Amino acid sequence: MDAILLQVLNGLDKGSAYALIALGLTLIFGTLGVVNFAHGALFMIGSFCTVTFNNLLSFERVTLSETELSPWGTPLEIHVPYVELWFGELGATMIDYSVFWSILFAIPVMLLIGIVMERGLIKHFYKRPHADQILVTFGLAIVLQEVIKTVYGANPIPQPAPDAFVGSVDIGAMIGMADNAVIYPIWRLVYFLFAGVVIGGIFAFLRYTTFGMVVRAGMADRETVGLLGIDIDKRFTAMFGLAAVVTGLAGVMYTPILSPNYHMGMDFLVLCFVVVVVGGMGSLTGAVAAGFLLGILQSFASMPEVKDFLFGFSIDQVIIYLVAVIILLTRPRGLMGRKGVMET
Amino acid sequence: MLKTLRTNDTALMILFTLVVLAGPLILAPVGAGYPDLMQRFVIYGIFAIGFNILFGLTGYLSFGHAAFLGVGSYSALWMLKLLSINIVPAIIFAVVVSGLFALLIGFVSLRRSGIYFSILTLAFAQMSYNLAYSVLTPITNGETGLQLDLEDPRILDSAGSAGQVASPSFFGLEMGDTAVVPFLGMDLQFNVGFYVSALILIGMFYLSLRIFRSPFGMILRAVKSNQTRLNYTGFNSRPYTLTAFVISGMYAGLAGALLVCMDPLAGAERMQWTASGEVVLMTIMGGAGTLIGPVLGAGIIKYFENIFSRINDEVVLGWFSALPDWLAEAFTTVISPFLGSGWHISLGLIFMLVVIFLPGGLVEGANRLMNLFTRLSGPRKNTASEEDAYADKGSLPTKAAPSSTVVNTKES
Amino acid sequence: MSILKVKGVNKRFGGLLALDDVNLSVRENTFHAIIGPNGAGKSTLLNCFIGKLMPDSGTVSFNDRSLLGLEPHEINQTGISRVFQTPEVFSELSILENVMIPAFAHRDGAFHISPFKSLAKETAIREQAEKILQDVGLIDERHHTASAMSRGNKRRLEMAMCLVQQPKLLLLDEPTAGMARADTNNTIDLLKTINEAHNITFVVIEHDMHVVFSLADRISVLSQGHVIVEDHPENIKGHPKVQEAYLGTAESE
Repeated sequence: MDAILLQVLNGLDKGSAYALIALGLTLIFGTLGVVNFAHGALFMIGSFCTVTFNNLLSFERVTLSETELSPWGTPLEIHVPYVELWFGELGATMIDYSVFWSILFAIPVMLLIGIVMERGLIKHFYKRPHADQILVTFGLAIVLQEVIKTVYGANPIPQPAPDAFVGSVDIGAMIGMADNAVIYPIWRLVYFLFAGVVIGGIFAFLRYTTFGMVVRAGMADRETVGLLGIDIDKRFTAMFGLAAVVTGLAGVMYTPILSPNYHMGMDFLVLCFVVVVVGGMGSLTGAVAAGFLLGILQSFASMPEVKDFLFGFSIDQVIIYLVAVIILLTRPRGLMGRKGVMET
Repeated sequence: MLKTLRTNDTALMILFTLVVLAGPLILAPVGAGYPDLMQRFVIYGIFAIGFNILFGLTGYLSFGHAAFLGVGSYSALWMLKLLSINIVPAIIFAVVVSGLFALLIGFVSLRRSGIYFSILTLAFAQMSYNLAYSVLTPITNGETGLQLDLEDPRILDSAGSAGQVASPSFFGLEMGDTAVVPFLGMDLQFNVGFYVSALILIGMFYLSLRIFRSPFGMILRAVKSNQTRLNYTGFNSRPYTLTAFVISGMYAGLAGALLVCMDPLAGAERMQWTASGEVVLMTIMGGAGTLIGPVLGAGIIKYFENIFSRINDEVVLGWFSALPDWLAEAFTTVISPFLGSGWHISLGLIFMLVVIFLPGGLVEGANRLMNLFTRLSGPRKNTASEEDAYADKGSLPTKAAPSSTVVNTKES
Repeated sequence: MSILKVKGVNKRFGGLLALDDVNLSVRENTFHAIIGPNGAGKSTLLNCFIGKLMPDSGTVSFNDRSLLGLEPHEINQTGISRVFQTPEVFSELSILENVMIPAFAHRDGAFHISPFKSLAKETAIREQAEKILQDVGLIDERHHTASAMSRGNKRRLEMAMCLVQQPKLLLLDEPTAGMARADTNNTIDLLKTINEAHNITFVVIEHDMHVVFSLADRISVLSQGHVIVEDHPENIKGHPKVQEAYLGTAESE
């Protein structure tokens, strides 16, 4: 029982990331009908927003100490971040909580990137074949990835979680199980809650606002909505921006779990395409459900018991693809796919 | 054998053969006359030709062709290890194995089309890659990669080389052997491996030409154009696409086998999806659906990858040495991120530009230039010339200049 | 004798009974039209012929062979060719190639692979295709790509694609839908010529009464999923049940 709970929990953080990225991906091709291979890059850029913001916060004033000497006999350099200099304790707390602050930084940045991407490139590909959309966004993904690599280098850049969230909680003990049976890192719990809030927010937004209603109508039947005299294009641009923000934030908050590196976007993209296909192209609920499902499944597949059962073969790396293949063959439209989406 | 072809195709074939065989002579002046690089031109050319038979003709965009390349590499290397250091059985085995593998994956993937097909092939390739890294380590040697070994059994010829790791050969001709001939102040390098691959490339190009000009090729183009209509026309399109898929998988396996024959080391990263992406880039860049385009694309990408990635800041600074220092430095700052290790940025940008403005690739670009040139130089014609252009697109032999895209660009 | 037999076909979509015990028999070498007001179930019936829909009950047989559950290419191989509502051709291929493809399907069957055979050597097929193109008047532009054709010419090309297969039955789904009057008349003339020159059975689903009465030897009238009358055109014109079916819907519209 506790082992199962542990695996479910372990699957949740990856699952949350899959769900968020897949949600963004589905928003884009549910509304715009565009298959976006550069979507993983948005996730990656999001996590580099954290790196950038952290770097900005950590700009230091370097002074030479008048009294102390370094081991080499030169005056000791004292590094003090400007933020700390200006705001004192508050500044130090800001640096500590930079991951959260990065969210505020990332929202406008991602929104801008999303809008520029849609207006500048994607817009011209609405009427082109899906193959062309895949190809051009694939090219864009390469460019974005390599630009990040040039600017930030090829090595992962670890980002700490705020001090208060470092460490683990004993979830087992909380719900009345044996002590130390189910121990879970706090930040992963935070990530899961964060993902829940964002996903809930998006669904509420689509359900309860006029904007969301129009977009949902547009997803179902774009032409008719256009005929009603509603300028669907502007809303779709906004939708692309929103999808970019969602995906970017998924990246921002993921940094303490996975140190940002330039190829993380591609790694996640392939998996998230699979997630979307399993969930059913164009279905938002499907994308979210499949994201969590596959995350948890992956975590179960990595259990030593499973490995023993399969004569020592570890299948956690391939389980997702295997499931995707089986689902696509038995339920061609995915778990919750609608008829006629992307079938030509 | 060439009798079956039309005159223009024969000319194309002869020209292609000459250009490929003269490789060392042509490539040495542009700084690409190394055996290693020339071998890569040729091998990736084969890979791209095969990919084009699937994507160019049927329009099915596979994002997993690197899996076949990898399978070809591993199976060829095992043959070199177990049976003989001669490359012939290795290549044959690799082509057969990758063909069977393609049959399996194609059978499953081709049940869906469009974006689903792309994702299915991508998923299969990633699965193969992950398997090669983890579960299949006994076969693939995981992260280290598989290579030749002193202890290899080599049933047929283990006695031949004692004490040192053998190198692959074609009945005694070692792939690594190179004859260096001084010519006009250059060192021309005539390499066995290059010529073996080049002969295979020429054969494979001829094969693809025959496929393009066969009823089978026409039916594949009809799949791309309107698959539903084709089915109502009385054709069962799935076995046709599956055949194309398997053929192109075998081309990829052949390329993979040649890679290890030239350099007997096979790593799993060869199967990664970025490698699948590369062959897509090559084919599109050169011109999908044209005969010569994929080879052209493969050559250009491999060439610039080699040349561009060697250029560093100092070299760039050297270009602008005539300018005032501050200007030279400014230029260098602007340009250098796109060169050297940043070559992939340029590659991505160029690729995007090609997809946006020149979906037919460089071959289409060359055609457009050619048309522009004829229009500028010749007298103004009325709309009839446009109709001629349509006529030239048909690939049936009744017109003087059939299938323009291919023939017109033979110069490149 | 009848070539296409439809017996007791029912098809229900949710609560809607689209086809209600449809019985139909098409005699060989006739031009048989199926007409009826909007929503009468004409398209549903056609989709049952071509394997797109599976009826809930009943049989559809062609030359005593059941068509139900067959794939599109299998249906074609039994000798049924089909013309689409909007002309469907291979736009990127030349007009000649468009006609050669069905000719190959007719000669070689649904799957016949000879990857290295040269197209240039298939002179018999090419001559066959060129002859048909001559008949439909497209021979001069045979090397143009099909994408640049007018709609009327695309219809001609589609006819050529069907005729080259020497089908026993030609299914036409509203062949003049969305056409201008002149194009419609051209199509009627084309169909008349074909009808006179070839021994083909035609089944046409049509809206346009002008087209139907110019061509058909026999008409079935479908209303609310049911065949109400099947007779010669002259008997159909004044038939009270037909007037009722059409006027009834006209009033409700």
